[in-house]
Amino acid sequence: MVWIESIATMPLVLSPTVLGFYLLILLSPRGPVGGFFLSVFHLRLAFSFPGIVIAGCLASMPFMLSALRTGILSVPSQLLDASYTLGKGRIETIFRVVMPNMKSGIVAGIVNTFAHTLGEFGVVLMIGGSIPGVTKVVSIAIYERVESLNFGDAHVYAGILIVISYSGVLLLNRLQRREAKR
Amino acid sequence: MSALRFDLRIGLRAGDHDFRLDAAYGLVEGGLLGIRGASGSGKTTLLRCLAGLYHPDSGRVQMGEDVWYDSARDVFLPPQRRSLGFVFQDYALFPNMTVYGNIQYATGDRGRTEELLELTRLTAIARHFPRELSGGQKQRTALARALGRRPRLLLLDEPLSALDEDLRYSLGEELLRIQAETSVTSILVSHSREEISRLCTEVIELAEGRVS
Repeated sequence: MVWIESIATMPLVLSPTVLGFYLLILLSPRGPVGGFFLSVFHLRLAFSFPGIVIAGCLASMPFMLSALRTGILSVPSQLLDASYTLGKGRIETIFRVVMPNMKSGIVAGIVNTFAHTLGEFGVVLMIGGSIPGVTKVVSIAIYERVESLNFGDAHVYAGILIVISYSGVLLLNRLQRREAKR
Repeated sequence: MSALRFDLRIGLRAGDHDFRLDAAYGLVEGGLLGIRGASGSGKTTLLRCLAGLYHPDSGRVQMGEDVWYDSARDVFLPPQRRSLGFVFQDYALFPNMTVYGNIQYATGDRGRTEELLELTRLTAIARHFPRELSGGQKQRTALARALGRRPRLLLLDEPLSALDEDLRYSLGEELLRIQAETSVTSILVSHSREEISRLCTEVIELAEGRVS
């Protein structure tokens, strides 16, 4: 449905601070989601590592959805028809025909989401608050080092991010080339 | 008595114009019906309607005593519940499975898979993936897979059109042998008059939306 798809894609165009602000309200102990997690699982979401994981997942969701959508559309509809005429239902067709033939889409989604989450700044800062040893992530650490004019550390952290991001993109391109040869 | 009876009305779109297809026929048990017609005459759509992959506007499809589709009684069985095998024009083999895997997916039974590999002479290449197969091998794999469920009706959508002329002839003969050995009631769609008259026991022609 278009309206669900539009909501899921919103993080792409929405300012990270706006998203972070409303997530903070939702995940705080007084918010509906944060309150539920605290009372049922005794888990505090705001300003905690689990909280920034949830926020990171939501902020990166459009990247995963877009890659999965491309992957699903790349599977020829005749393969589904063939599966149905062989007596298979939708669930079995999805698991045994669609998913194995959209591997590159799934990997693209994982790599894109991972790389985007690794560099996430605004949302993570709003939810996590940069608590050393708890919620301070590398992108925030770079910002703080630059602010204190410690360019040496900033170079090291930024270099680590560049290497990880490049490795991810390299892996993705290799996989897509291998798929194209099949 | 006819094994398969169909009487279908289908709205079609070919290029820029819409037209209706009216097709009715009764096919004897074990027969091989050829449907010939020019591109866009509705041959593939008719097969897809018989398979349950496409919903006709109205009509009836009956296989033996089983009603697969009856618009008057609001009956429409999905393809999974129709005892049929379908060989698609481009074969639609699953790229993630070997020849053995493609057939096994249909049979769910090792013995039956090996029997079909032998019938279609594919045993030697059972571990090959579709990308490693020639056109003829793909066609035989698709045929073996379509026979996997022991269907009562086999639908063949231009199964020889992607092959060169020599191979088309020999695989046509192979198709006849397998159809005779399995005695499955079959429908073969082709644009080639020669192919249809050589292979099929009964022939109908689709022209201007009607059977002639």
